[in-house]
Amino acid sequence: MLTPIQLILLAFVVFAISRVYLRAKEKILSPQTYVFWMLIWLAAAFGIIQPGTTSRLAQFFGIGRGVDIIVYISLALVFYLVFRIYVMIEDLRHEITFIIRQVALKKTSKISGKHSKKR
Amino acid sequence: MKAVVIVPAFNEEVVISKVIRSIPKRIIRVKKIEILVVDDGSTDKTNKLASQKNVYIASHIINRGLGAAIKTGLEWAKVNNYDLAVTFDGDGQHDPGDIKRVIKPIMENKADLVIGSRFKKSQNIPIDRLALNWLANLATFFLFGIFSTDSQSGFRAFSKKAIKEIDFKAERMEFSSEILLEAKRKSLKISEVPIHAIYTSYSRMKGQKNTNAIPVFAKYLIRLLR
Repeated sequence: MLTPIQLILLAFVVFAISRVYLRAKEKILSPQTYVFWMLIWLAAAFGIIQPGTTSRLAQFFGIGRGVDIIVYISLALVFYLVFRIYVMIEDLRHEITFIIRQVALKKTSKISGKHSKKR
Repeated sequence: MKAVVIVPAFNEEVVISKVIRSIPKRIIRVKKIEILVVDDGSTDKTNKLASQKNVYIASHIINRGLGAAIKTGLEWAKVNNYDLAVTFDGDGQHDPGDIKRVIKPIMENKADLVIGSRFKKSQNIPIDRLALNWLANLATFFLFGIFSTDSQSGFRAFSKKAIKEIDFKAERMEFSSEILLEAKRKSLKISEVPIHAIYTSYSRMKGQKNTNAIPVFAKYLIRLLR
């Protein structure tokens, strides 16, 4: 029998899985990202339904409680994702600059000069 | 040999006309000198004032940073087949008389990239700037393995080969070290010449802020980890 907290967490995981599925269907997520997030949420669902599994995993890694290993893994994952997002933002900045540069170069001219030179 | 002086400018209405006027129109052995002002999204009259000076203007519609402005200038020099490009700050920090000194090693085929160094000879430089620039020099050395006495200098000269081959990605202050890294990667000859440093209250206000040092350093690291 599931406890109330398990039910709440499971409901959230089902919601998250539905979002992942819908975004993949809209082709916003790449197949690799879809599989990555599905695995994450399915693992979370498994951990919620079978809490004993996390304890066994914690024992295997020499960590005291099952919940601790979840916190450690989650933190590492969050840090990694923040880094990926930072890189993605940097890439976006470069793309914006590229467009702005192309527009600037196209319009470069000697406004008050005798010989107007354009690219 | 035809040369272009690239002047990156962001909200420099106070000094831009004077800076443009000060740049020499003729230099011995240079057939033609053009000035390209890269207006990096100025919200004041920089663009309008520069437009009255018979110079080329490349306008970024929004501010993208000094590195991005320099790259736009170099890209323009490449497309228009210039033999030499000089980057010259738009805030009046550089002495136009140093231009011929900075391009000399390139004209003599002794270098592809010349750094105008403020620290190669002793002169009156604010202590905080001296300390921060030396920290940046050390960071450039430890992270990229290149030592320069002024890795952050905005006064540089590029040969045709350097214009063609140097391709940096950084858009803000961290681009200075990346230029050196690119030159090293492409096996370009790097040289340094002493230049005068003009520190006025205006140029200090407009220049790199001391507090920028940490984010600039963080960006170096991210670039390496990427």
